[in-house]
Amino acid sequence: MNDAALTAEPDALIQLAGITKTYGHGQAAFQALRGVDLSIRQGEFVAIMGPSGSGKSTAMNILGCLDTPTSGAYLFNGVHVESMSRDQRALLRRNHLGFVFQGFNLLARTSAQENVELPLLYRGESAAARHEMGMAALRSVGLEAWAHHTSSELSGGQQQRVAIARAIVTNPKVLLADEPTGNLDSKRGHEIMELLVSMNRDHGITILMVTHEPDIAAYAKRVVHFVDGQIAHDRQNGEAA
Amino acid sequence: MGWTILLLALREIRRNLMRSFLTVLGIVIGVAAVVTMVTLGNGATQSVSDQISSLGSNLLMLRPGQRMGPGSGSLGAPSFKAEDAEAIRVQVSSLKAVAPTVNRTTVVVVGTKNWATSITGSNSDYFTAGNWTLEDGRLFNATEERAGKAVCIIGATVRKELFEAHSPVGDTMRIKQFSCEVIGVLAAKGQSAMGRDQDDTVVMPLRTVQRRLTGKQDVNTILISMQDGASSEQVINQISLLMRERRKLSDNEDDNFSVQDTKEIAKTLSGAIGTMTALLGAVAAVSLLVGGIGIMNIMLVSVTERTREIGIRLAIGALEKEVLMQFLTEAVVLSAFGGLVGLLLAAIACYGLSIVLSLPFLFSPSINLLAFGFSAAIGVIFGYVPARRAAQLDPIEALRHE
Repeated sequence: MNDAALTAEPDALIQLAGITKTYGHGQAAFQALRGVDLSIRQGEFVAIMGPSGSGKSTAMNILGCLDTPTSGAYLFNGVHVESMSRDQRALLRRNHLGFVFQGFNLLARTSAQENVELPLLYRGESAAARHEMGMAALRSVGLEAWAHHTSSELSGGQQQRVAIARAIVTNPKVLLADEPTGNLDSKRGHEIMELLVSMNRDHGITILMVTHEPDIAAYAKRVVHFVDGQIAHDRQNGEAA
Repeated sequence: MGWTILLLALREIRRNLMRSFLTVLGIVIGVAAVVTMVTLGNGATQSVSDQISSLGSNLLMLRPGQRMGPGSGSLGAPSFKAEDAEAIRVQVSSLKAVAPTVNRTTVVVVGTKNWATSITGSNSDYFTAGNWTLEDGRLFNATEERAGKAVCIIGATVRKELFEAHSPVGDTMRIKQFSCEVIGVLAAKGQSAMGRDQDDTVVMPLRTVQRRLTGKQDVNTILISMQDGASSEQVINQISLLMRERRKLSDNEDDNFSVQDTKEIAKTLSGAIGTMTALLGAVAAVSLLVGGIGIMNIMLVSVTERTREIGIRLAIGALEKEVLMQFLTEAVVLSAFGGLVGLLLAAIACYGLSIVLSLPFLFSPSINLLAFGFSAAIGVIFGYVPARRAAQLDPIEALRHE
């Protein structure tokens, strides 16, 4: 229905057109997103900002195929996501997306290595391949020596690095980070941001990051501001405000 | 995929050893308690019916007076004589053996050893009626019975207490003022249903005991063994009629004797034991239920942590059915393992207790299966259902679960 509104951009990895999201019904209905159009190309580093309740997290969940829009069209790599089943979206996440959460969300009592290898297990990689790719991912976040430590033996910054290693171990097209520095002090936070920037620069991974801190958003190449469920402004970093 | 899921499940079990251990423990206790109690109960029932049948099959006991035990109203009822037994043998049909018996407890002396035992006077039918078999030597012959010769056949306990390892056949024992030649040894029968040692006995010809020990012509109990397939009701009727006639009872007088059927005693006793087994089974079922509630608690308590785990798995691209299969596998592995350990523990406990309590060890597949099935089902259901609910959440909601 919204296909008409969707002007096909050949180099866009992600395209949103007229996305709305309503929670609840009738009187209690709350419209979190009121028509969002957004286009993101391969290799971009986009920060999504906005006050609480502006719809930025909802937009993130829809972009991450964790949630579905009430209406509107979402093209990922040229494929319609809004009409996908639960399992199809899970497979899309498995094959093309990586997630980093504010609360790290590592499995308890599980070594860093096993946490990182988990997505590979679901992809059906062999033990040898899992080991090799898992160690490579840990190496790229500088935690090779901590492979056998469990989450409780790691600092917050280290846990977030493990989470990033887990997110990139499958070589995803897009890495989605929801307040990745929210639970860290500013020094660790900047370290994590350096890491994300290098992932974007060196591996060409597209990064979408939700944050409310301007100095964290400053690491991104592009900043999208949400206000009241709509995009208020969308500009490249370095442009005048 | 199946292999991956199994790997995931086993990893989670290993990682959460405490939770796994508690789950397994609940199942182990439930299964072991039920199986042990019911198996021992069955063993007790079997033991009682074995003891009853060792009394003799199709056996009737004719005693003077009504009923046995306290409050019997006719203590003064006249005793039987050997002739009563003879009359029964001749006049009642479909009998196998009729043995008049008289009992006396006396000290028996061999060399320097003495032993107080129960001496029974009877005829060679006694061994048929009582299901006795000879281990050594021979039974009485007709001449010895008629003449009341001092010959005796001893039970296994008497043999053990008074004689060394060599065969006692041909040796003599001293009983009161006379000495008596041992001509046979009986095979052991063990305890009676009432807990008496049946092997603590010496059997002599009826006439020998009457003459030398009791000094009377009286007979205490007449044991009557019926042929297989004979109707005990008919035989009892015939015996009653015959005895009423011989004891000259008029129509309005009650019997001053009683005929007991061991089958009836057996029925009563196994009924009582059956009630006990049912009671034990009920206690065990409660413990199975409590074990099941324990499993439920552990599973439900861990749901919060596991909901987040499910959220993580879903977010990184696990399919709902993969997550569910993992949780199901975990539950099945834990429950099956707990069940098997429980069965093993029950087998060991039953084996040990059956020796201590000298009961037969009867393995019952049905109760093993039932206990295993029930607790495994609880483990699987309560491991799986909460996980199913969590896996149906949106990954984001599952991740936010506090």
